[in-house]
Amino acid sequence: MRHTIPKIMLDRVSLPESAAVADSDAVPESETKMQAAGVRVTYGEKVALSGISMEIPARKVTALIGASGCGKSTFLRCLNRMNDIIEGCRVTGQITLDGQDVQDPDLDVAMLRSRVGMVFQKPNPFPKSIFENVAYGPRIHGLFDHKEDLERIVLTSLERAGLLNEVKDRLDEPGTSLSGGQQQRLCIARTIAVNPEVILMDEPCSALDPIATARIEDLIDELKSNYTIIIVTHSMQQAARVSQFSGFFHLGELVEFDSTEAIFTNPSDTRTKNYVTGRFG
Amino acid sequence: MSPTQTWQSRPETARRLQQRHRRNRLFRHLAATGLLLAVTALVMMLGALLTASSEAFTETRIKLTVRYDRPLVDPRGDASPESLEEGDYTAVIREAALQLFPQVASRTERRELIRLFSPGAAFRLKERLTSHPELLGNSEELWLAASADADQAFKSGLTGKEGERLTPFQTHLLLQFQERGALEQSFNTTLFTASDSREPEMAGVLGAAAGSFFTLLVTFFLCFPIGVTTAVYLEEFAQKNRWFDFVEVNINNLAAVPSIIFGLLGLAIYINLMHLPRSAPLVGGLTLALMTLPTIIITARAALLAVPPWIREAALGVGASPLQAVMHHTLPLAMPGILTGSIIGMARALGETAPLLMVGMVAFVVEIPQGFLDSATALPVQIFLWAESPERAFVAKTAAASLILLLFLIVMNALAVVLRKRFEKTW
Amino acid sequence: MSASLFLALLLFMAIPGFALGWVQSRRLRADAVAGAKKGHHSRPIYHGLYTALRTIRPGIVLFLSWVILAPWLLDTILVHAHPELLPTTDARELSLWLSRTADPGRMAASILEADPGLKAAIDHRQDYSQGLLLFLTLLALSLGLVALRRAVARIAPDFRARIHIEHSVMTFLKVSSTFSVLVTLGILFSLLWEALRFFQLVSPWEFFFGLQWSPQIALRSDQVGASGLFGSVPLFAGTFLVTGISMLVAGPIGLMSAIYLSEFATPRVRTWAKPMLEILAGIPTVVYGFFAVLVTGPFLVRFGSVVGLDVASESAMAAGLVMGIMIIPLVSSLADDVIRAVPQNLREGSLALGATQAETIVRVVLPSALPGIAGAFLLAISRAVGETMIVVMASGMAANLTANPFEATTTITVQIVSLLVGDQEFDSSKTLAAFALGLALFAVTLLLNVIALRIVRKYREAYE
Repeated sequence: MRHTIPKIMLDRVSLPESAAVADSDAVPESETKMQAAGVRVTYGEKVALSGISMEIPARKVTALIGASGCGKSTFLRCLNRMNDIIEGCRVTGQITLDGQDVQDPDLDVAMLRSRVGMVFQKPNPFPKSIFENVAYGPRIHGLFDHKEDLERIVLTSLERAGLLNEVKDRLDEPGTSLSGGQQQRLCIARTIAVNPEVILMDEPCSALDPIATARIEDLIDELKSNYTIIIVTHSMQQAARVSQFSGFFHLGELVEFDSTEAIFTNPSDTRTKNYVTGRFG
Repeated sequence: MSPTQTWQSRPETARRLQQRHRRNRLFRHLAATGLLLAVTALVMMLGALLTASSEAFTETRIKLTVRYDRPLVDPRGDASPESLEEGDYTAVIREAALQLFPQVASRTERRELIRLFSPGAAFRLKERLTSHPELLGNSEELWLAASADADQAFKSGLTGKEGERLTPFQTHLLLQFQERGALEQSFNTTLFTASDSREPEMAGVLGAAAGSFFTLLVTFFLCFPIGVTTAVYLEEFAQKNRWFDFVEVNINNLAAVPSIIFGLLGLAIYINLMHLPRSAPLVGGLTLALMTLPTIIITARAALLAVPPWIREAALGVGASPLQAVMHHTLPLAMPGILTGSIIGMARALGETAPLLMVGMVAFVVEIPQGFLDSATALPVQIFLWAESPERAFVAKTAAASLILLLFLIVMNALAVVLRKRFEKTW
Repeated sequence: MSASLFLALLLFMAIPGFALGWVQSRRLRADAVAGAKKGHHSRPIYHGLYTALRTIRPGIVLFLSWVILAPWLLDTILVHAHPELLPTTDARELSLWLSRTADPGRMAASILEADPGLKAAIDHRQDYSQGLLLFLTLLALSLGLVALRRAVARIAPDFRARIHIEHSVMTFLKVSSTFSVLVTLGILFSLLWEALRFFQLVSPWEFFFGLQWSPQIALRSDQVGASGLFGSVPLFAGTFLVTGISMLVAGPIGLMSAIYLSEFATPRVRTWAKPMLEILAGIPTVVYGFFAVLVTGPFLVRFGSVVGLDVASESAMAAGLVMGIMIIPLVSSLADDVIRAVPQNLREGSLALGATQAETIVRVVLPSALPGIAGAFLLAISRAVGETMIVVMASGMAANLTANPFEATTTITVQIVSLLVGDQEFDSSKTLAAFALGLALFAVTLLLNVIALRIVRKYREAYE
């Protein structure tokens, strides 16, 4: 089907009712969205993470930094149980979302993932149209009763991901026809469309050029008023630019977790200091 | 606003979620059912073959004390081989049987009595006497093969029911034999030592197996050198130009051409054009070679490709010519893979029937073929021929021959797997 | 003088050829060492190989020409030297007669006694054959000796024997790599040639559009090539009926097996299920055919009598069901490859949005794999169309133009077999019809394969 959006609708683009989120000012500074306590991950014999504990504040950007292979991506994938699909991967310890145990076998993983969305390292739009890429989540979760509702959700999500102006005339073109940076924003729009509370980003800019990276970083900054964002990055400058809190991972351990300012100006651990000053990593 | 107001926490979401999970389970079961059906089909086939073949692995034999009466077996009276050749051995059996059952008087009853024995029994007596002339005029006790009908009746318990093709009198006779301990079942060696025959109880697969052997020999010696040299050329030396693309596409397509087309080609080229003899393993082998060649080329290329380039480069680096690098290093390292592929290709050729029908390897061949030019048939063709036979006793034979063919194929494939496991290198 | 003796002699000549070159090279080398001169280009073994190759080269050329040309040459000599022996002037019968003179081993002695002309022709043919071979042997020997002399004379310290050898080997490799192309050309030309001869007897219009196929019965004796009716439409219809049934079985089951194996199965299930599918793929088609005769056919007949349906013991259904089982492993292994090639990050993208596994497969994985799966299905169809033994044994011979799968139907391959198996004379319109059917079969399967392989290749490239 063709999606010709009436001009009038484009003007009225607004948040879907269900996506209405409270004003960020109302949230107390200390509110914790997710909490990890003693998280340990093993792949068969290999220990990937040992005893990670941290509190992730709501509606802030938290950066996880560290050298490659230090376990930061593994930790990120624990938060929405994406490690479930990897054979031989075992997670112990406690992870909570709003105080609810994420590891609970009775917890519905599909529901968890709709609340904790994920953006991947390499943009992975589905081989469908731009419209259908964003509509995918709302369709499987049944988030609309009428076609107009779906269109509103898609357009709002694209707008929030800062992509609407670039693609509004070509919603029927395949998602893969976009540039790398646009594809990554499409993936963000796709994630937003199911109205998550937390968005996990696994090195979202590592495959992008500097200009596209800057756009994503701006986007992250805008999104933090509505979503709790956790971003894994190997670029310290990026962490410094976008995050309010940072955690430094080293060899499967969380060395230090503090406000980004503290991590970069006054780290308490020498390993952190060596890393942020560029001695290794 | 608290998070409880998002769609995730609405009651209808939970209901919908339950339904989605139900569908997910259903889909999973559906997929599992697909696999299960495929496996069931395999089990059913093997089960049907095993059940149907059980009769074929045993044969019924009847004990008789035969007397090589001179007037019967030595009509010329000079005990010469020619004279013994002309003897009436059926009469020998009849006399021996009549001695056991003196009450059998009428012609019909006599005929029914002698029909309990396989025509092969008389052949056996002739063979014994010609190889042991000293038996002439003497008696000996022998277990003789029963006829197919008697065999079947005995295997189904001599109940005299309608399905059996014996007369009530014959059933009665067999029961008498049984009472005297002169009726037994033993392992059917005929199946493995005889060639084809019109009589089910005298038919075996040895002739067809020999035909298959000669045919595959021809196939291998044509396919393997050409296949390997083609693969070496394409993978190691050929320029990647349009001709290369054409040859590559051509080989891939050739691998998917129906086997019967190769049979037509064999018929047109080898028989009509080159006047090679029909029904000969030579022609069958040449025909199957055309069919097997693409498989061998494709697997040999894959094996060559799996040898890492640095080995070749190392050889070139110490001054070997490109040909020496390939012949001394790449090819030997790829050889296990090439052999594995060749064995699998040969296994497929062994199971192939249609091309052989086209070049006339479908003849009724009683003699075991001794060479590449003798009339011969092949194992799968033998299965086809027996499956088309009207005699019920051939059903078991067909199933048994199918199992034997499967056994050959499994052994060949197991060999390929062992070869691969043993010499497989991960670089 | 037989051809194999000729070949043996030829190979035997290689031994002195090798020895002479090798000895000569070693002698030169010894001299060089004694005189402390510069090194040799090639090792003695290459010189030996060079001289051996030169020695047998003329013989090999002569042998190959003999193998290829002998039947034609002997036919020609026989026809021109002994016109009095020829039983007929009709070209077709003559060709049959000539092929009998070439293969005397097959004929019973009584036939030869009854036909003295044939016997004389056989004797003449053997004489000519022997004489020619003797001549060729002598020629090969003398040419080989001359070549050997010249080759040995060329051996010198700076003679690059290895380069020559490598050149020869390379030529050999190049020539053998063209063999597969020759096979394709052979198929194409032999089918085309015989099919064209068929179309001289029966009009293409009748063949392609005729609704009746009965090659055995002569209906009108005045008809050209009057041995029957050659309308192939019922055969094509039967072929597609059986193929359709088999794909209805193999398509869903194969695809579902592939989905289960690649998306759901634990490694343990995979390790036992995959070999079982491979066994299923390795069972010879004749065994499948026997299974159809033994189990499926009787089962369908009984099933039909229970539900009140008239089912023939040989039917498209019996053949199609079993052929479906045969094709399951093909579909499942091809589809398995294709599904595995779908990048993992698409699955993760869908799962991360909260989709269930089934939703991910149906809405993301399968649509992405669709072209590859289509290619797999096309290859499976091509396999079903060309499959012979199952239909020969289970689907019947009667050319009914029917859509009822419980009636006996016949297919292209069944008719090729029934036209060519058994006692038949070559060159009658019946046997030529088999080649015309073969050409049609080849064209259909080739088309399917080319499209399928192209789709699969494009699909692979898209995800590489």
